[in-house]
Amino acid sequence: MIAVRSRSGRLGRAALIAFCALVFAFLVLPILAVVPLSLNPGGFLVFPEGGLSLRWYRTLADSPQWTHAFGNSFKIAVATTAIATPLGTLAAIGLSHMRSRAKPVIVALISAPLVMPIVVVAVAFYFLFAPLGLVNGPVGLVIAHSALALPFVVIVVHASLSGLDPDLLRAAASLGAPPLTQLVRVLAPLAAPGIAAGAVFAFMTSFDETTVALFIAGPEQRTLPIQMFEGVREQISPAIAAAATLLIVASTLLLGTAELLRRRGERLRTGSAAPDVGA
Amino acid sequence: MAVSASPLVEFRGVEKRYAAGAAAAVAGLDLAVERGEFLTLLGPSGSGKTTTLMMLAGFETPSEGDIYLDGRSLADRPPHKRNMGVVFQNYALFPHMSVAGNIAFPLRVRGIRGADAAAKVEAALALVRLEGLGDRRPDALSGGQRQRVALARALVFEPDLVLMDEPLGALDRQLREHLQIEIKRIQRALGLTILYVTHDQSEALTLSDRIAVFADGRVQQLGPPDTIYERPANAFVAGFMGENNRLAATVITQQGDQCAIRLAGGQIVRATAAATFTPGTAVVAAIRPEHIEMGEQPLPCCNALDGRVDQLVYHGDHRRIHVGLDGGGSLIARVSADRDVKPGDRLAIGWCTDRCFVFPAADGSNPGGEGS
Repeated sequence: MIAVRSRSGRLGRAALIAFCALVFAFLVLPILAVVPLSLNPGGFLVFPEGGLSLRWYRTLADSPQWTHAFGNSFKIAVATTAIATPLGTLAAIGLSHMRSRAKPVIVALISAPLVMPIVVVAVAFYFLFAPLGLVNGPVGLVIAHSALALPFVVIVVHASLSGLDPDLLRAAASLGAPPLTQLVRVLAPLAAPGIAAGAVFAFMTSFDETTVALFIAGPEQRTLPIQMFEGVREQISPAIAAAATLLIVASTLLLGTAELLRRRGERLRTGSAAPDVGA
Repeated sequence: MAVSASPLVEFRGVEKRYAAGAAAAVAGLDLAVERGEFLTLLGPSGSGKTTTLMMLAGFETPSEGDIYLDGRSLADRPPHKRNMGVVFQNYALFPHMSVAGNIAFPLRVRGIRGADAAAKVEAALALVRLEGLGDRRPDALSGGQRQRVALARALVFEPDLVLMDEPLGALDRQLREHLQIEIKRIQRALGLTILYVTHDQSEALTLSDRIAVFADGRVQQLGPPDTIYERPANAFVAGFMGENNRLAATVITQQGDQCAIRLAGGQIVRATAAATFTPGTAVVAAIRPEHIEMGEQPLPCCNALDGRVDQLVYHGDHRRIHVGLDGGGSLIARVSADRDVKPGDRLAIGWCTDRCFVFPAADGSNPGGEGS
């Protein structure tokens, strides 16, 4: 009886593992498929047959078009991060202090760019910015990307603040710290990992954003995703796969950084007491 | 100076409602804290004691009335300008600062730095007996050590008074008693004024110069610990402070604070009245288990009753006897553990008139920890 049960248990377990492996393969394989394509020594976007090469990475580095696109994406993403991070952090601090019933409404408004179809957001920005002269320029793109990145910052920072003991700020106040000092000396250092993680998300949001960039960016702001998009349409070269691989590596590194920061923040907040032996 | 004769803190007609139309968390509060005293706000959770403390610290705003510090209204003074040291139950130490950094925090925000600040931090660490631990992080300390750091941090800037919100609530019993002694020692040594919140009545009795017993947002009784324990003002205080047998009864006659009452079982006993009653009023008689005397022979004291041992409960240093009274009713008496009694024994029990208090029957709620 026991043997039968444990055999069926083993079978069930094997089936579970197999199913999970399939799901992971479904999620990850299409993304990873681009990596071997980028190592193809030949001139076509096919899987390499015999021999690998980094020649398409060299092409990327040597092509002014690609390096320009990389630089554009990087500049726009840095500017977006610089705007969205402080704004989102302040919004998260305000929200965490809020006891009003309007709070869910405000959270919904802040998250609106996240849930709207991105093409709607892009068209809306286009028609709003066109009469203001903000299309075909970097300023409009940075503003639009900041609006898209802001909800991520708010969500991540708000989560890191909600784990914070509210008595810490009360203690700081009772000890004589005015509100700004409480913010700078107590709240900011404790929320710093969360804020940094929010900044990483803001950077990533802008760095790989395509749709809004297609509508608003001018020829001078050709970003990396636009370059890839048009590259696929015009000249199907393995250089696109190489660029994609670089993007995968960058995203993975940044996500890992954000996760490390999140854990560090948690450790900082929940240090458990040492035992009270002989105290 | 005329000012120094006035109380340090005064609550005048303070009321707190968290929402319009909601029940008052604190109502009709008039309370004075004298200089140098240890005043404890004691009560069950939700009785308004913590809300009272939070209003004084400035973290909550009174809905009605005003609080005065040194005769000046605190209404428009934010928490960081009140100069009160606050000690929280969960310590509220800054996890990103060392022990010394935590204690130096109130000095830094006051512009005290360098050798001056370092000397004060050292003195504060010595006061709470944590010399040499200044470089540690709070998460490398035990709970008891953390609360000592919190205490040092709340004292180092020489506040006008110290507020403590259940500071020992998260610690185990032995450590709690140890820290009670420490807190009392420091309070005496520095002549501190302390407003202390707890739900632990033995802690309140041990530490306080005066106790304010809270229930339902109101002060039920204010006085020194022995008065609160031995002469409770109403049925709530009698039930909340230690154990009490509560016997339903009706008043027969009253002369001054002495009265004769008839218990539910028909027995007539004499007791001390906490109010003026007209004959026939339904009342509750409260008597502590340790004040019930017993023997095999009828007792010489004025209230003598007969009964039978229903049940014995062992408590280590003493036993509790559940006594069924002849004619109905039951109560709990406390005897030393070596006394020879067993279930079914006949007993004569009795108590002195001044140990039994009579309160209106409808008075107060029914707190836990009562005897009957």
